[in-house]
Amino acid sequence: MTSFFTSRLFLISLVCVVVAATLPLYVSGYILGLLTVAFYFGVFAMAWDLLFGFAGEVNFGPTFLIGTGAYTAGILNNQYGWSVYVCILLGALASVVAGFVLALPALRVRGPYFGLTTLVAVLMLQNFVVVFADLTGGEIGLTIPDVITINAGANYWIALGFMTASAAILYGLSQSPVGLVLQASGQDPVQAGALGFNIVKHKLAAFIVSAFFSGLSGALLVFYFGTASVGTVVDVAVGVNVIVSAVLGGRRTVLGAALGAIFLIVAGEFLRPTGELATFIVSAVALLVVLFFPGGFLGAALSREARS
Amino acid sequence: MLALQILIDGFAISALYALGATGFTLIFGVSGVLNLSHGAIMVAAAVAAWAAASVLHLDIYTGALFGVGVALIMAFATYFAVVKPIQNSRRIPNEEKEIFVLTGTLLWGIMIQELIAYFFTNNAKTVLPIVEGVVDIFGNRTPRNNIFTALVCCLVIGLLWLLVNRTRTGKAVLAASMNPRGVTLLGLELTQIYIVVWGIYGILAGIAGVLLGMFLGVSSYSVGPLTASAFSIVVLGGLGSVSGSLIAAFVVGYLETITAYMISPAYRTIPALLLLVFVMYIRPQGLLGRR
Repeated sequence: MTSFFTSRLFLISLVCVVVAATLPLYVSGYILGLLTVAFYFGVFAMAWDLLFGFAGEVNFGPTFLIGTGAYTAGILNNQYGWSVYVCILLGALASVVAGFVLALPALRVRGPYFGLTTLVAVLMLQNFVVVFADLTGGEIGLTIPDVITINAGANYWIALGFMTASAAILYGLSQSPVGLVLQASGQDPVQAGALGFNIVKHKLAAFIVSAFFSGLSGALLVFYFGTASVGTVVDVAVGVNVIVSAVLGGRRTVLGAALGAIFLIVAGEFLRPTGELATFIVSAVALLVVLFFPGGFLGAALSREARS
Repeated sequence: MLALQILIDGFAISALYALGATGFTLIFGVSGVLNLSHGAIMVAAAVAAWAAASVLHLDIYTGALFGVGVALIMAFATYFAVVKPIQNSRRIPNEEKEIFVLTGTLLWGIMIQELIAYFFTNNAKTVLPIVEGVVDIFGNRTPRNNIFTALVCCLVIGLLWLLVNRTRTGKAVLAASMNPRGVTLLGLELTQIYIVVWGIYGILAGIAGVLLGMFLGVSSYSVGPLTASAFSIVVLGGLGSVSGSLIAAFVVGYLETITAYMISPAYRTIPALLLLVFVMYIRPQGLLGRR
């Protein structure tokens, strides 16, 4: 463990976080707002990477977990006016339950079959939101009366702190023996089982951890936006962004996923003047990375370091 | 009378679903590729047919042919620009190629969708139907276009069956879906078979897209739902099984129509999704799938 604290990766991450933490002192609220959203997205992508990169489960429905957490927190606050923190915590717990539900088919079906099941889960959630419009606000969106704070700097620090803590926990988990067992069971479940590891238990744990962070981040995001809508936390397109972020940043790196998410959101904003072509350009860049640098940003950097 | 109306309406939409899903499942069966740009290719075909008629002022038949041609080109572009480089890449480990093809074709589909939205806006477009008017079937006024759609779908699927089972090329395709290595040992070039399959896929997706444009109309927003519906029909029927997809297409088509008529159009897709989840639990390989 001591070797980790002196490793180059740790030092670079530390410098990045320290620099990022000082940003509110000299950049505008607009950039802070952008980065706040990007940081929450980073957590989505890291949680997804834990499931896909390590447990080997193609989850097309990260927004099922995110949306469940976000809407549970939002509805509790809207209907009962419970305190923000209680709502966020309950949102994350609801998401854990959702992760459990999602894990059940994953233990039975694999590959594209599981991918479709997760996609269906998102479509069901979307239908649920639209059908129970009285409760969820339907297609217009759910108004959330409370916010954590309206100070842009404070919101930014909360998001940064949350992302850093999540990154530390998820990265630590991925490098721990548990992460190795997960990786083994993702690549060859039969052999990993033959070595005496309980695959079901490990995969279930991966789903629960992934769901917890997705839900927590989703709940925090709606309290930042002040609204929850299908377009921001449930839509398949949001899930696609999460997946693209993780693949772009480098699968199986956890930290790369966060970088990918920040890149995706910031690039989308920079390309705003190009209007409707922005999504086209971002997808094209992502496709090129997938084709020519399949390891992603961090994957390429890490393999170079490993070689030297 | 409601039952008859459901029977007639459901048949057209089911036949259309079947046609759309057949190409999708054929590609999976032969080359193991799940093409997530499927919806985008269908919409591109429909929009091309629409543009040929209303921008270039071509007649309806040429427009429809133009749409199918665009889908064919798109299918080849998908194969050569996205799928083939990933399959041949040395930097991607073999067991991860599947997810890379999924991600790659997904991004490719988004690119096509955005280009369509950029050049032709997001508005829904309806291709002028080849046949117009309505006929009376036992007291049910049915647009002739419905019957035309159903007939064309059945005809094309029938032709596909003949092609696969009765011609040399078709038999090679079938053999490749059963055992790719065996086919190479018999001296057939696997790459050529893949090109043929993508060609067939492009034509099928193109016809399905143009018919969909005449039947319901399309917009760039239909890309996602179209891919999702083809995906779920194909999984329900069993990945790679063409006859399974045909059955599944009719099950989903009728389930949706019955829900729309008996309960509410707003709940249209829900029972089919529930059925899908249910089937995944009790029979994960789908109705006729082999694992």
